[in-house]
Amino acid sequence: MATDAAVPAVSMRGVTKRFPGVVANDKVDFEAAPGEVHALLGENGAGKSTLSNILTGLYQPDEGRIELYGEPVAFASPREAIDAGVGMVHQHFRLVSRFTVAENLVLGDRRGAGRYFHIDPSAIATQVRELGARYSLPVDPRARIWQLSVGEQQRVEILKALYQEARILILDEPTAVLTPDEADTLFVTVRQMAEEGRTVIFISHKLHEVMAVSDRVTVLRAGKALATVRTADATPESLTELMVGREIETATRQGRAQPEGVPVLEVEDLWADGDRGTVAVRGVTLTVHAGEIAAIAGVAGNGQRELAEAIAGLRPSTKGMVRVNGRPVHTGDAQAAFEAGIGYVPEDRLGTGLSPTLPIAMNLSLKSYRHESVGPFLRLHLMRHKAEDEIRIFEIKCAGPDQETDELSGGNLQKVVIAREFSAHPSVLIAASPTRGLDVAAVEQVHSYLMQAAEEGAAVLLISEDLDEILALNDRVLVMYEGTLTAVEDRESVSEIGLRMAGGTPG
Amino acid sequence: MNNSLLVVILASGVAYGTPLLYAALGELLAERSGVLNLGVEGMMLGGAVMGFWTVQRVHANTGVALTAAIVVAALMGAALASIHAFLVITLRASQIVSGLALTIFAGAVGLSSYLGNDLNLADSPAAHTFNAVFPKSMQNWPIVGPIIFGQNVLVYVSWLCVVLVSLYLSRTRPGLNVRAVGESPAAADTMGISVTRYRYAHTLVGGAFAGVAGATITLAITPQWVNGITGGAGWIAIALVIFAFWRPELCLVGAYFFGSLQALAPQLQARNIHLGPTVLWTNALPYVMTIVVLVIVSSGTAKSRLGAPEALGVAYVREER
Repeated sequence: MATDAAVPAVSMRGVTKRFPGVVANDKVDFEAAPGEVHALLGENGAGKSTLSNILTGLYQPDEGRIELYGEPVAFASPREAIDAGVGMVHQHFRLVSRFTVAENLVLGDRRGAGRYFHIDPSAIATQVRELGARYSLPVDPRARIWQLSVGEQQRVEILKALYQEARILILDEPTAVLTPDEADTLFVTVRQMAEEGRTVIFISHKLHEVMAVSDRVTVLRAGKALATVRTADATPESLTELMVGREIETATRQGRAQPEGVPVLEVEDLWADGDRGTVAVRGVTLTVHAGEIAAIAGVAGNGQRELAEAIAGLRPSTKGMVRVNGRPVHTGDAQAAFEAGIGYVPEDRLGTGLSPTLPIAMNLSLKSYRHESVGPFLRLHLMRHKAEDEIRIFEIKCAGPDQETDELSGGNLQKVVIAREFSAHPSVLIAASPTRGLDVAAVEQVHSYLMQAAEEGAAVLLISEDLDEILALNDRVLVMYEGTLTAVEDRESVSEIGLRMAGGTPG
Repeated sequence: MNNSLLVVILASGVAYGTPLLYAALGELLAERSGVLNLGVEGMMLGGAVMGFWTVQRVHANTGVALTAAIVVAALMGAALASIHAFLVITLRASQIVSGLALTIFAGAVGLSSYLGNDLNLADSPAAHTFNAVFPKSMQNWPIVGPIIFGQNVLVYVSWLCVVLVSLYLSRTRPGLNVRAVGESPAAADTMGISVTRYRYAHTLVGGAFAGVAGATITLAITPQWVNGITGGAGWIAIALVIFAFWRPELCLVGAYFFGSLQALAPQLQARNIHLGPTVLWTNALPYVMTIVVLVIVSSGTAKSRLGAPEALGVAYVREER
């Protein structure tokens, strides 16, 4: 159990980091004791990642002092932080996918098998197995990273930090890529590491995780550390209020659709290849009815993106059929999909969803301009006028329709995409991870738009890795695992969804 | 027996393949660190002209003159590579554009041509050349004589280089680091490996290899200076790295294959064998290779299917917000 030991493991005082135009960390004070699991809680953009990147030597702070175990430190590079015993598990893994597990561990190592000029990664195989057994992180040291599941890759990242003898371990949104069961196993490992006297800094924006695993919580908002509280003294409500600065009204879904509604989107035995030529979608059959929100859950990389792209016409299918309102749609033809009434909110909103350097008005008309132009000429006046309406209706915070789109924040970018797709009144709306990276308030707004679309009679297909989102919005849950889709019988059962996400079937 | 077509072709294939092998090894080192350098042809010509200049100007015994020439050629190659390195590593320019620019800048209508004219290098044979090192009696041994023992020292050094590069990449700490830098610079960076330093070092060494490759042509194969003497060998070398799946030992096989192809046309002619327009297609080979290279390096799918280093051609930016 954590105590306020005399010498904290980490002590940051008045740490400030500025980026052009923003203060990412504003005089942040942060302290974590040895043997403590300390959660850093905050919305996206609150400064959690910046703070941890300072602690791991990736960024240098503009102001402030950092002490580890009472010793002042100033890391000029990640190497120095590693040598001082700071390890980090990044949200996007920093592993070399063609290397074996052992090679990844030896890489950059200056103490163990990696300190010699001649390198033999197989020499540490036993050591890797021992570490794995001790922390219930089993993984084959000779396996190559690309052969491992995402959960296993995370184990490698943690093993890497342990192999480097990290005394302070930072986990950045570690459960984002895990199934619920895998997350529970991770929590056991985290507690064990803390019991051995290591300090675990657990970065998250998910309240229930923070409540479950941490001893203390520091809440960050807009770059400032607002408060540090004992988890035992906190409630999810009090933490939310700190995090967001006000109470949030959670939109709840009214009047679930009857599954007997008219089938609008019908997908039959659809197959599609992934970017690397592997088969990503393996025979998906799916029907979404008018007014229904069908949610597809699954761990990232199981073919969800490829499925969405195949339906939206961005990816040719190798086999199978997509029908909208009974009429077949030629796959691999985005315009045909749009004309058929398919709206698509892609996962990568700035790359696929929008043209970043065009003004907002142009982006809002990107799909409709064909019907609104006079011969080859665009009706710019009409485009601006419509954009002004949409900016108002969808509450897009911007300087006006002429502002360049990439100057907007994540939430407002997403609103531009949604506004464009909605204004075409699609009969099918596909939303892929529509709230990823958005703050709580924007998430609620996006959710209410999706519900509104369903109420207006669209067939909504929601693809998400966020279980809370899926549980809040779905009329029906499907789980995608290795390219195939299975239906979940009990649409509110976290355990069933979790089991299917891992490839299992109940019973 | 040693005059049979096959033996002659293989023997000259090894000789003609040696500049390809040096250039390919150099390009392989750069590409393994994630830097694609399409300037090989230009760097080879730079090395070729400066190596040739050195033997014409240094008045010393053959050994010293030739060693000096190789060193100068390597330095010239590295100097030209440093332009590319600065543009693509520090300034993060497009590697394809920068490499093409380097070939044009240093190539047959650029710097090497200017130096050749300005230093009056044309129309005179090399003052010193690399000759076969083993005694005539050994060269007359059946089959292995001409192929193995009839070669100059640059050939034997190139074999050593293949072994060293191969061991370096697979068994040493810097070799592991450079592979990590080429595959996943972000992972390497988090582990405290300097992506910039590794990329600079390997691009420059790659350039030095290309310079030596050029000098191999002007000092061993056709000991003279002619404008554009490499004749597209640089492009074949780049293609070779791709066909060798970025493995040094396969570069050796490929280099001798293409070297033998080059030797084929004149040998067939000399023997009055006519197999259609043989000269035409061996002469066209570099151009075909150029197209193949450009298509493959600009297609992400083709690259990853062939097993290219994952970060090949991609500048590394430490994730800023």
